[in-house]
Amino acid sequence: MQLSRRGFFKVAGAAGAGVAASTRPAEAWQSRAPADPQGCLVDLTRCIGCRKCEQGCQTVNRLPAPEQPFDDLTVLDKKRRPDERTYTVINRYYPGRRDERDQLVPTFVKVQCMHCQDPACASACIVGALTKKENGAVHYDVTKCIGCRYCMVACPFEIPAYEYRDPITPRVMKCTFCYERVEKEGKRPGCAEICPVEAITFGRRSTLLKIARNRIKSNPASYVDRVYGEHEAGGTSWLYLSGVPFDRVGFIDVPHRPLTQLAESIQSSLFSYMWSPIVLFGMLSGVMWAFRNKGDRDTREKGGQP
Amino acid sequence: MSAHAAPMRAKFWSPGVLVLAILMAAGAAAVLARFIGGIGYVSNLSTARPWGIWIGVDVASGVALAAGGFTTAFLAHILGRHYYEPVARPALLTAMLGYTFVVLGLIVDIGRSWAIWKPMVYWNFHSVLFEVAMCVMFYLNVLYIEFIPIVVERFKGRVNLPGLLSALNGVAETLLSLADTLLSKLMWLFIIAGVVLSCMHQSSLGSLMLIAPTKVHPLWYTPILPLLFLTSAVAVGYPMVVFETTLATTSLKLDPEMQVLSPLTRITIFLLGSYLALKIGDMVIRGTYVYLLDGTAQTNSFLVEMIFGVIVPWVLLLSPAVRRSRRWLFTACTLIVGGVLLNRVNVFVVGYRPPVSENYYFPSITEILITVGFIAGLMFLYRFLVTYLPVLNRPGQEVSA
Repeated sequence: MQLSRRGFFKVAGAAGAGVAASTRPAEAWQSRAPADPQGCLVDLTRCIGCRKCEQGCQTVNRLPAPEQPFDDLTVLDKKRRPDERTYTVINRYYPGRRDERDQLVPTFVKVQCMHCQDPACASACIVGALTKKENGAVHYDVTKCIGCRYCMVACPFEIPAYEYRDPITPRVMKCTFCYERVEKEGKRPGCAEICPVEAITFGRRSTLLKIARNRIKSNPASYVDRVYGEHEAGGTSWLYLSGVPFDRVGFIDVPHRPLTQLAESIQSSLFSYMWSPIVLFGMLSGVMWAFRNKGDRDTREKGGQP
Repeated sequence: MSAHAAPMRAKFWSPGVLVLAILMAAGAAAVLARFIGGIGYVSNLSTARPWGIWIGVDVASGVALAAGGFTTAFLAHILGRHYYEPVARPALLTAMLGYTFVVLGLIVDIGRSWAIWKPMVYWNFHSVLFEVAMCVMFYLNVLYIEFIPIVVERFKGRVNLPGLLSALNGVAETLLSLADTLLSKLMWLFIIAGVVLSCMHQSSLGSLMLIAPTKVHPLWYTPILPLLFLTSAVAVGYPMVVFETTLATTSLKLDPEMQVLSPLTRITIFLLGSYLALKIGDMVIRGTYVYLLDGTAQTNSFLVEMIFGVIVPWVLLLSPAVRRSRRWLFTACTLIVGGVLLNRVNVFVVGYRPPVSENYYFPSITEILITVGFIAGLMFLYRFLVTYLPVLNRPGQEVSA
């Protein structure tokens, strides 16, 4: 017993030293974000809550008609989330500001997929059905999807919705950034095109960030000094400007590091070139060989055990 | 050792087996409803809560509690401790059935069950889930291969197919001999591959949640989650063997195998102790003990997991008297099994708090029925296979066939 145990540690130690020698420093994690994607800048100080963007989205993406018509603004009395029938919704907040007649001033917030630069959903997707496109869109390919819903677990903004009521061919449903329309027809996304007050500006992300900074600088009293989406989750293609602190109008705190970084670093340092499984296999073979005549192995063993 | 693994030849339809059959039927009805009305028809899953008990129990706990397979294979076959052979076979059977039901659970849980083969074609190397899926797929096949010798032992030279099929007797006989010859030379490859694949995906199951730092409660969200999953799986391996062996030997009135189980759990003191040290060290380093007394459901669940699932059974196992007593050993091991089960449920369900919707989730009746039905199905098949195949040790003299 004692002898074999010592033998075990000898073999394991030798193999362990081999591992230590062969381990390269893990490659530094690299972002796969497109260099200058397109995006949208939403200026909450301009939005009047007309829900035209919801309508434009529904038309362009041929989504099912809503239960209440788009001109029915009582819908805004409740907070809503995008779901499997709706890619984008407007919510109304009263963050506490009052106008000259002492009326509470509403702030309207458009919610849709943020189209992260390093999307957690795309990193998580088991089959790569979700991908970040060069033009900024996080694109969903239903032909690859198996419906594991890991994308929904991964998304920090809780955006992807699921057709839970479809027994055989359910889809993940989320804003497409009007991928085909933007890429093939050269048009703007449905919501940005229809907005009557230019609350949604479509353009290169770098340009949008400049515009946002300019608006803050030229009108510092109207804006909080922050562009939501500039750093959130490592940066998103959709950006927001607000006149009130973001946490008062439903925006959540999201780490500034890309959410993909930790898991991807661990996976690639352990499994690049399959080095760790190969080393472990070698170690175990060594142990098995070293112990072939030790222990209390029964030589009369039958049925496959070596 | 006088006893050898042998078919039980006990009466199959005992009252317990009937209960299992009823639970299976209820589960089957719920599965049918899922494939008619969709996941939304039978479950409480939502946009905010995409994963429920099917992932937390059927998949994550199923994989963890099947760890007895690779941990006993390591001991009995790689370290050559033939002494533990009597429990290696039932542990292998449990692992094989466990992983089979993990895949069945996934077929119910994923929205497009018919597309389950697609990860074999569309690879996303960045996805932790992709690696887990590949490992589970390969390991399931390894487990089936490791089980073949048991089938060979039972039927080689004794193939006697009924009716017209008897024409195939010769073919079956040839196949069995071929499998016997090939596997006796190659089995070491599969045994080692099984241990390697297990280490890979047991840890990666923990990595799954690393992508959701804002959703998993800080008591569980730690960069060492993969290490904790691996160590807890290794630690629960032998207690799971004790748990299932005690249940099986009690139910079938066999030798309790205490002379094998007692020394097995002496190793557990070290393994579970390491896991406990990692858990506490992680809590101290990250300062998450500040949550311990805030009284939320998450915190209470964490306390139950740690106190009754790790600390109490670990202290119990320290006592040689406990390790010698069948009742107390079973108690301690059941606590450990329950602790790991609760840990997986905590990480995937209880500790999962969507930051925007803060959606409350409790599984629906049909969701629970499906999970219970699968567990009943696993036990049913276990009973069936040990009745007709040489898995458990049957004392030669006491029970004559």
